[in-house]
Amino acid sequence: MRKTEAVYNRKLVKGNEAIALGAIAAGCRFYAGYPITPQNEIPEFMAGRMPAVGGTFIQAESEIAAISMVMGAAATGARAMTSSSSPGISLKQEAISYMAGSEIPCVVVNVCRSGPGLGGISASQGDYFQATRGGGHGDYRTFVLAPHSVQESYDLTMLAFDIADRYRTPVLVLSDAVLGQMKEPVYLRGYKGREIRKPWALTGAKGRKARYLKSLYLNEGELTARNWKLFRKYRRMEKEIRYEMYLTEDAEAIVVAFGCAARILKTSIQMARTKGMRVGMFRPISLFPFPSQALAAISNRVNRFLVCELNTGQMVEDVRLAVKPGATVESCLCPGYIPTPNELFREIKKRYLASNP
Amino acid sequence: MKPVFKRPKSLYDVPFHYCPGCHHGIAHRLIAEAIDALGIQERVVAVASIGCSVFLYDYFAVDVLEAPHGRAPAVGTGIKRARPESIVFTYQGDGDLAAIGLAETIHAANRGEQLAVFFINNTIYGMTGGQMAPTTLPGQKTTTTPLGRRVIGEGAPLKMAEMIAALKPPAFVARVAVNNSKSIFQAKKAVQQAFRIQVEGKGYAFVEFLSACPTNWKMTPCEANRHVSEALIPEFPLGIFKGDL
Amino acid sequence: MPKLVLYKDRCKGCALCTLACPKHLLEISTEINRQGYYVISLAAPGKCNGCGLCAEMCPDMAIEVWR
Ligand SMILES: Cc1ncc(C[n+]2csc(CCOP(=O)(O)OP(=O)(O)O)c2C)c(N)n1
Ligand code: SF4
Repeated sequence: MRKTEAVYNRKLVKGNEAIALGAIAAGCRFYAGYPITPQNEIPEFMAGRMPAVGGTFIQAESEIAAISMVMGAAATGARAMTSSSSPGISLKQEAISYMAGSEIPCVVVNVCRSGPGLGGISASQGDYFQATRGGGHGDYRTFVLAPHSVQESYDLTMLAFDIADRYRTPVLVLSDAVLGQMKEPVYLRGYKGREIRKPWALTGAKGRKARYLKSLYLNEGELTARNWKLFRKYRRMEKEIRYEMYLTEDAEAIVVAFGCAARILKTSIQMARTKGMRVGMFRPISLFPFPSQALAAISNRVNRFLVCELNTGQMVEDVRLAVKPGATVESCLCPGYIPTPNELFREIKKRYLASNP
Repeated sequence: MKPVFKRPKSLYDVPFHYCPGCHHGIAHRLIAEAIDALGIQERVVAVASIGCSVFLYDYFAVDVLEAPHGRAPAVGTGIKRARPESIVFTYQGDGDLAAIGLAETIHAANRGEQLAVFFINNTIYGMTGGQMAPTTLPGQKTTTTPLGRRVIGEGAPLKMAEMIAALKPPAFVARVAVNNSKSIFQAKKAVQQAFRIQVEGKGYAFVEFLSACPTNWKMTPCEANRHVSEALIPEFPLGIFKGDL
Repeated sequence: MPKLVLYKDRCKGCALCTLACPKHLLEISTEINRQGYYVISLAAPGKCNGCGLCAEMCPDMAIEVWR
């Protein structure tokens, strides 16, 4: 019985579908989106599934409208999500900033493609800064989770809803074109979290005083107080920091990577290991807050870092800030194309041999 | 003795911040009266927009969400779909509804969302200090049309009620004025109807108020009141464009 | 006799009520309120029939009418 259940719960799906499955498992009952490659599987999946679970799917007139709808739904206490890819995420920044300011939780998925502008539809990590520095106007951040597998796409989407509600904040799931499009078997283990009460939700002033959610603060000192409140909340979110250490115990050099780059690098590192190179990987799973302390701790014993990302150098800044002074931080950058495990292995080897002649 | 006129209970007993003679106050009151009359105060979730009326939550004793500039119909859509038992209205100026939020306005109407949309058309941007709006009259001087609005190049006034009435799904579309007692009584009926339609689950309702902005029109309140009859109504005819009272 | 209650502190002296009163009984007085506006006054209380049209017109709900 148990075995059949396990088999039954194992499914071969695309990363995008895994995100949608995770959202529905976590109780998301409102989704609005606008078509853009490479995330179309999410709205398409939601269009079919939402009505079946008593939820709402809306194809909005734009990404701006879609996230505004999510803002309305989330303000009533519903778990709500939208998804898009890079150009669409730029448009969503308006309401993300409003929701950060009004402390309305939601989940936003960015299946990142390459830019700037229309860019291309291949995988990219060019939105790292946008994701981790707030992205829109004003002094705010969003919690950012970066899966590196289809399984994680499912698991982290569920987690995203819990973190969003716990901290009353928009949470970004930063996927990419590779993760979104690739198929892997996923264990649909179901939602293990807990939906919390939302005493701030706008449900109509029945038996209580009327309330409101807003982000405008004009009175002397109010905005300063609000911004410090948000700041303290972002500090508290450090409790939720997540990362993976891969073959780091005996490592002499550490590769730092997230998302699909980390996925490719796992193979490159295995190749390096078979050649006797003691290389490991540090993989941030939460990109904001960044796992700086964990990285700092590693840099007490390893002082060579190679940051590999699919852009011209963004996360490398956070790595430099985190490691102890004296550690060398090099970059291996692939803006706008997807490197093969072999290519990255050669990069590792080149640098490893240069410092271990 | 019985009250002939009393403050509706859906409005807090606080003074409005609006300029002397501004019609926002009258529109607020008519909406609050309709909420009281239909007994829906506990169900209402209002969507405030960005403009002079952004402080809606300081006045209405109902739950309020402050939407980004122009996005109120999309935000309202989210509220209503996630919580169908709520009665949702948006309250938007002409810059908010007819310029930056035109797409959200038309699409929410065209989906037949169960919303009451109250549109304050004062032919100008009030909050930002009197710039041209999509509804600014031909020849009207504003801070950004110092020589008067030229139709070619700066656009003709957008007729929102007519545009929305041309769509199939909306259930009720009206344009009203509030510059004299007779118009106010008509407006009162239209506002009630907009809410009743939603209570009965009949769909989307749109009420456009021709509204005076004495400050940015650079007129006295009495002059502005007269201007509504003499200049606005000829351009924006009053009436029920869809559905009936 | 109908009663007209003026909440003088709410009045902004816009004078729209003077347009609304069918008997032209309301006028702007020389009294200045806390907000700094010249407030409205009822010229001949005896002539007011309590129709309430002034109150319907007032954007600031500064008038209450009882009959
Ligand atoms: C994205 C964005 N752009 C511009 C503004 C500035 N702004 C505030 S209110 C407003 C227009 C107000 O005009 P209207 O909607 O006609 O309302 P009114 O003030 O006349 O009642 C503008 C442009 C803003 N808040 N947000
Ligand atoms: S600026 Fe115009 S719309 Fe705004 S409160 Fe003053 S009169 Fe009313």
